[in-house]
Amino acid sequence: MIEARGDAPIDAAAGARATRAAAWRFVLQRASAAVLAVCVVVHLASIIVAIRGGLSAEAIVARMHANPAWPAFYAVFVVAVAIHAPLGLRAIADEWLGLRGKVTDIALGLVALLLLAGGLYAVASLAG
Amino acid sequence: MTFPVRIWRGDAGGRFERYEVPRHASQTVLDVVTHVQRHVDPSLAYRYACRVGMCGSCAMTVNGKARWTCRTHVDTVAAGGTLEIAPLNNLPIVRDLVVDMTPFFDKWTAAKGAFVPTATRRDDFARVEPASKERRAIDTTIECIGCGVCYASCDVVGWKPDYLGPAALNRAWTLVNDVRDGAGRSRLRAVAADGGCQACHTHQSCTERCPKHLTPTASIAGLKRRVAGALLKGDL
Amino acid sequence: MIGMRRSDFRAREHSGWWAFLVHRVSGIVLALFLPVHFFVLSQALSRPTRLNDFLAWTRAPGVKLAETLLVLALAAHLAGGVRLLFVEFVGWRANWQKSALAIAAAAALAYALLFALNG
Repeated sequence: MIEARGDAPIDAAAGARATRAAAWRFVLQRASAAVLAVCVVVHLASIIVAIRGGLSAEAIVARMHANPAWPAFYAVFVVAVAIHAPLGLRAIADEWLGLRGKVTDIALGLVALLLLAGGLYAVASLAG
Repeated sequence: MTFPVRIWRGDAGGRFERYEVPRHASQTVLDVVTHVQRHVDPSLAYRYACRVGMCGSCAMTVNGKARWTCRTHVDTVAAGGTLEIAPLNNLPIVRDLVVDMTPFFDKWTAAKGAFVPTATRRDDFARVEPASKERRAIDTTIECIGCGVCYASCDVVGWKPDYLGPAALNRAWTLVNDVRDGAGRSRLRAVAADGGCQACHTHQSCTERCPKHLTPTASIAGLKRRVAGALLKGDL
Repeated sequence: MIGMRRSDFRAREHSGWWAFLVHRVSGIVLALFLPVHFFVLSQALSRPTRLNDFLAWTRAPGVKLAETLLVLALAAHLAGGVRLLFVEFVGWRANWQKSALAIAAAAALAYALLFALNG
């Protein structure tokens, strides 16, 4: 039967937890997608406005430096990416590479942490 | 006048055999298979029942696409001169054109695709408003006869063995919308697990190929909304 | 899977399949690009002189090509993703007209970006 397979939990409580975890992955993926849709548009619009406005790169960076809203915005952006990308990769690993289970999830968790660390380091560089 | 037809013989390790079949007007693919079994090779195994597009038993892969062979005219699919008939994809092959439908129906059960009654003999008849949103959602997609074409057409079913698949989830959606049903949370949990509705990537192969023009994609999207809503309310 | 046949290219002619494939491939491209983007940015931003060196580097033709491909990947992934959000949460039926709308939006976005970044 379908229920007990591989390392799938057999007891009801563990099963319910696993199900909620799967549902949370779905909700977080879609929520982070919506956040990214907004962030990406703002990010690209601001770059385009700045470039078309004739600002030099140093001037753009200086402006973002001066206004704390920018690092805050980019921090949100980075968190959304760190949630969205690994969850997308998880589906690809599962469906196209046949990689699923605890080890895969841990590896993807590491990817999330790396993206978070790398991204926040870049934001910190922006904030000076 | 005859034309060449390739038919799958054997199990998953089998191969296509070539047959020459007489050409007739208004000939269906089921006619072709039946001719081979009756006049060429009686050992050819295949399924059919009504032969008029009502039962779904004759579903096979025709030139790469899952179809009801009794409702597929040779003219429509073999205009290019080739006709290739194989068993349905994504299901274990028993022999030749016959597949084992057990996993398909096991997943139907796993998705809690059965009505759970709540009324007793002392209750009056349930009143279900035909124009209600729930009943209209059911109406668009209740006519599924479990033929397996959608399941055979789904790439995610092929990639992910635990994926419940479009038919099971579609049926679960009709029950989620059934105001008389009592399964509630247990059914939402059944369709929200790892192989559940979240695995659908909206390829829409199911909706594209369904011979009854049902829309499992939309049903699965509905389940996604219900699951997300229940999760956020703490009801999952 | 053992004991069964699988779909091939003949079952993948419809727009829904192509929408999925574009979305997934563009997602992979972006997932590979982002760590590079974070690293390069943090290097460029940590010192004033580095930013200028970095910008000079971005004018190299190979980098320009990569930038163009990334813009296309981003536009495609964003438009496809918004289309999915509408199908899943607003209850859109994803017919060909709406797919065409997503393609048009992606094309418009990509064009606007490439024009702004290069024009």
